[in-house]
Amino acid sequence: MTARSELLERHSYNPIEALYWLLLIGTFFAFPNYLSIATTVVIMALFALSLDLVLGFAGIVTLGHAAYFGIGAYTAALLASGGWREPIIDAVLAGLASAGLALMIGPALLLLDGLPLIMVTMAVSAILFEAANKASWLTGGDDGLRDFSFLPVFGLFPWSVYGQTSYLYALGWLALLFVLVRRVVSSPFGVALQGIRENRARMRLIGSPVIGHLVRAYTLSAFMAGIAGAVHAQTNKFVSLEVLGIDTSVDVVVMLVLGGIGRLYGALIGAPIYILVKHFAAEWNPYHWMFIIGALLIVAVRFGYGGLLGILGRIEAWFARARGTRKP
Amino acid sequence: MTAALETFDLCKTFGALKVVDRVSLRLPQGARHALIGPNGAGKTTLVQLLSGVLRADSGRILLAGADITTSSQQRRVKQGLVRTFQVTNLFRGLSVLENVFLAVSERQGASRQMFAAAGRRRDLIERAEAIIEQLGLAGDRHRRISEIAYGQQRLVEIAVALSLDPKVLLLDEPAAGIPSRETSLLLDAVERLPPDIAILMIEHDMHVVRRFAREVSVLVGGRILMTGLPHEVMSSQEVHSVYLGQAGQKRFTAGVPHV
Ligand SMILES: Nc1ncnc2c1ncn2[C@@H]1O[C@H](COP(=O)(O)OP(=O)(O)O)[C@@H](O)[C@H]1O
Ligand SMILES: [Mg+2]
Repeated sequence: MTARSELLERHSYNPIEALYWLLLIGTFFAFPNYLSIATTVVIMALFALSLDLVLGFAGIVTLGHAAYFGIGAYTAALLASGGWREPIIDAVLAGLASAGLALMIGPALLLLDGLPLIMVTMAVSAILFEAANKASWLTGGDDGLRDFSFLPVFGLFPWSVYGQTSYLYALGWLALLFVLVRRVVSSPFGVALQGIRENRARMRLIGSPVIGHLVRAYTLSAFMAGIAGAVHAQTNKFVSLEVLGIDTSVDVVVMLVLGGIGRLYGALIGAPIYILVKHFAAEWNPYHWMFIIGALLIVAVRFGYGGLLGILGRIEAWFARARGTRKP
Repeated sequence: MTAALETFDLCKTFGALKVVDRVSLRLPQGARHALIGPNGAGKTTLVQLLSGVLRADSGRILLAGADITTSSQQRRVKQGLVRTFQVTNLFRGLSVLENVFLAVSERQGASRQMFAAAGRRRDLIERAEAIIEQLGLAGDRHRRISEIAYGQQRLVEIAVALSLDPKVLLLDEPAAGIPSRETSLLLDAVERLPPDIAILMIEHDMHVVRRFAREVSVLVGGRILMTGLPHEVMSSQEVHSVYLGQAGQKRFTAGVPHV
């Protein structure tokens, strides 16, 4: 039993959170040779955060979120190829393109739940993948898009060879959208999402516009995923069909489950763990890195309901109890 | 004067089974109406029709004179038609306060606010806490539904309904599963409701019916057998006979020792 309502205290920051952000900033100075992979981590953390909003907070189970990441990536690349080379507005437009699709299909899609929803989200992203493959005049097909570049960020910071600008640019988006999502899940709307996740039928009978709420969360999530995709395109200066692939959708779910669903920092912690384990385990043994991820997943799900953050929370509670019992 | 809630010839069949059969009911403003009837009579199904969870096959439902027969569940709630469940139906993973907050927030139109902190909406929290207090649940407001006794869950069910500012309140066996000493707490709460709310209570316990109701209808096999004042209904031979052989018999006669 907690003394206060966690749900109604979500807006208050915990000082320990600063540590996470200091680590990300510290990475910039401590590992200048690893900024490329660090940028990937930050982008995937943002993508996982967008997934957490729907999967973790609204209970929308999707295996097709790559659709929005991919649309964002292609939109950003195509806009730049077409001459719009200012990165920030480009990313926002890419996010809006993804949000547009979500807003269009959301009202019908979100009538579904459970397995049918999973199947349809997968199907939507598979259709997009095939469409992008067929439309090679636009997307470059298998070869992808690569002949585009962007103006300096804020007109001041050119895209450096070693990726300093890329990293800080991605980190800036992550921080900005994190604050946004934090606000949204702490709001009365966020509380309503929690209610929908708990008991959708009951929400209708307190008068809640359930589908409207879900569509709003889904659209915001797609917007964020689209920005993550755009930042991916901008920092890699390359987009291939992979961004729309089922692997991308599954990866991001695994990251979120590893880190902990429905807690914001789960997404932010799951992404680095997944990517770093994949990177270093693949160097060690290119065929067996999946086993390590698999083992981690089992540990996270079996022992830490709520992912690694759940395990940490349990350890903390255990220490708190141990301290409490030792007091006279 | 227009009735708070009125139905005309409401019908619902499941397959070949007529579960609700031409039910016409009229609840004036401020009604305290009890609906009794044996198990399987169709009482819960009637509530499902009224709340819009199920659609009637035929017939009409008017809420304050407006036809709501085909309105969505949400719309009915917004217009003041609120129900509770025979089997507790709450947000089990959330605390008592959070359950009630959800309803208050929805009622006050706050649930579309995406950027203000819910925890800083003192107005909503205080309203939720006042309702919780009223039902004697203040000590448990931070406990999860899954952690509190079933009797208390029944009270939360009422608290959620009250948070929605009902004009018409449908209570489906609110005392089912509550220890009898706690029943009076629940009835106290019901009695403190604003007198202009129309209440339809489905109830088996005749003590409760006698204390609560000013009017009683008897539903048998989906049909209204009779409607009348409590003492008329309880002394009716016909009503007695439909409870014969039912588990309800004992409870029924227990409630009317003078018959
Ligand atoms: N969804 C359903 N499908 C088929 N039959 C149902 C359904 N719901 C209720 N029934 C049947 O309708 C009858 C009335 O049920 P109900 O309204 O729950 O009665 P009561 O609340 O008066 O005990 C029962 O015979 C029950 O088995
Ligand atoms: Mg019933």
